[in-house]
Amino acid sequence: MDDLRELYQETILGHNKKPRNFRVMEDASHEADGHNPLCGDEFTLYARVDTDGVLEDVTFRGSGCAISKASASLMTEHVKGKRLCEVHADFDRFHELVTSPPGEEPKLDGLGKLAVFAGVREYPMRVKCATLAWHALRAALEEGGKTAKTE
Amino acid sequence: MSFDVERVRSEFPILATEMRGRPLTYLDSAASAQKPHVVIDAMSDFYRAHYANIHRGVYQLSAEATEQYEAVRTRVAHFIGARDSREIIFVRNATEAINLVARTWGEENIGEGDEIVLTVMEHHANIVPWQMLASRRGATIRVAEIDDTGVLDLEHLKSLLGPRTKLLAFTHVSNALGTINPVTELVSHARERGIVTLVDGAQAVPHQPVDVAALGCDFYVFSGHKVFGPTGAGVLHGRLERLEAMPPFLGGGDMIESVSFEGTTFAPVPQKFEAGTPDIASVIGFGAAIDYLDGIGMDEIAAYEHGLLSYATERLQKVPGLRIVGTAKEKAAVISFVLEEVHPHDIGTVLDGEGIALRAGHHCAQPLMKRMGVPATARASFTFYNTSDEIDRLVDALIKTTELFS
Repeated sequence: MDDLRELYQETILGHNKKPRNFRVMEDASHEADGHNPLCGDEFTLYARVDTDGVLEDVTFRGSGCAISKASASLMTEHVKGKRLCEVHADFDRFHELVTSPPGEEPKLDGLGKLAVFAGVREYPMRVKCATLAWHALRAALEEGGKTAKTE
Repeated sequence: MSFDVERVRSEFPILATEMRGRPLTYLDSAASAQKPHVVIDAMSDFYRAHYANIHRGVYQLSAEATEQYEAVRTRVAHFIGARDSREIIFVRNATEAINLVARTWGEENIGEGDEIVLTVMEHHANIVPWQMLASRRGATIRVAEIDDTGVLDLEHLKSLLGPRTKLLAFTHVSNALGTINPVTELVSHARERGIVTLVDGAQAVPHQPVDVAALGCDFYVFSGHKVFGPTGAGVLHGRLERLEAMPPFLGGGDMIESVSFEGTTFAPVPQKFEAGTPDIASVIGFGAAIDYLDGIGMDEIAAYEHGLLSYATERLQKVPGLRIVGTAKEKAAVISFVLEEVHPHDIGTVLDGEGIALRAGHHCAQPLMKRMGVPATARASFTFYNTSDEIDRLVDALIKTTELFS
């Protein structure tokens, strides 16, 4: 169970039970679906970007496993209020965190609470769960909204 | 119980290994079964001492390889009650067998406006090839319903069989729910109406005696890797007269009688459907698996697994928040379940940490998941090398899972 506690940290379990920003956004400027066909995770990501290129608000709805839901929840908290270029840099940092070799010291700079996902590195089958919301957010912002798939 | 499970376990080398530092508890045999050493040894021995291409060389080694390969065909025929070994076509797996039928019999016999009847509990392998055929030929797919326990609605299915129905294709045993379907009844009902039948036996052959002649279906398919054989060898069983009337599947060497640029004639069944060099060593390993099962006896296996199923059902029902999906009376040793508040994927990961391998997901049966009102399930599948201790380990781990997520 100890290894599992590395993956399912209290922060993740908490966000799974009570996801933040878990609502439909009626006045979203961007929106995209994220779908993981392997396990049936399905989320819709909503974003509102102002004229200065700042992510004013970001929310999500849908269903999925604890990792994907907590990741979406923590992501919304992390990126809200940031400039789009910063959000893209966060995407890259997060992606590097969950895909880096488990033996190495994880690079946690700028990741804040997202550091709890370092445990995912031990479970390569779950990387797609952790990154689903991020893929959906990037699809929403870059391509103006379409379905992001992890497969 | 006279069944000596510890002896059986000692014959499967992988069962003595560990996963994540715990003794491996392998509860995913419905996805693919583990291999006894006799299978591994047969393949290794074949490569070391008997290997050559088959149906070709005039030299002794090739003749022996051919003899061994063809001997497996005869053993498979005997194992599933086929009347004639020519009714056994070696393919890669059940999926390829179904595609073969769709691409050959289907292309010649399914036309515009014809209907293909399936059930909602089919594996994608028994859905997608028919959809592809239907869209090529302008035919329609009709889908028989099930009830909330996962039992086929026989009246609904029979009501779908009409004058335009050309094919009824359905699974013998549901891979996701374990439901055993009444094959004989359905096949005879279809045959009386001149409807061709294909039965997906992938989940039946590993668990119970199967007699295709008694079942009466036109086609019966299964995969060797689920029957404790290697990957790469599967079986299409077809009635001889059906197979003889069908056009070939893949063209190439070994499936011809003579080739010229003016015209080619095809080899008789079964060679007509086995173009190119097949997975010879896998077929040899598959033969060893069948001998192994024959040595234990499919009746003994079925009885032992039934005991496991009853015990696991009883114990799992008592796990707080656990709901079994698929509660048919006639079931193979497969239990799909969901836990309140815990996604099946998280169940799979927590159990992985306990050394328990089970499947979490849609089990290649998305329409069925939708019908049962779940996005996915966790599925424990049991076979004759599993023990009641392993079921206890599963139950303990599930209780821990609910505690972790509470």
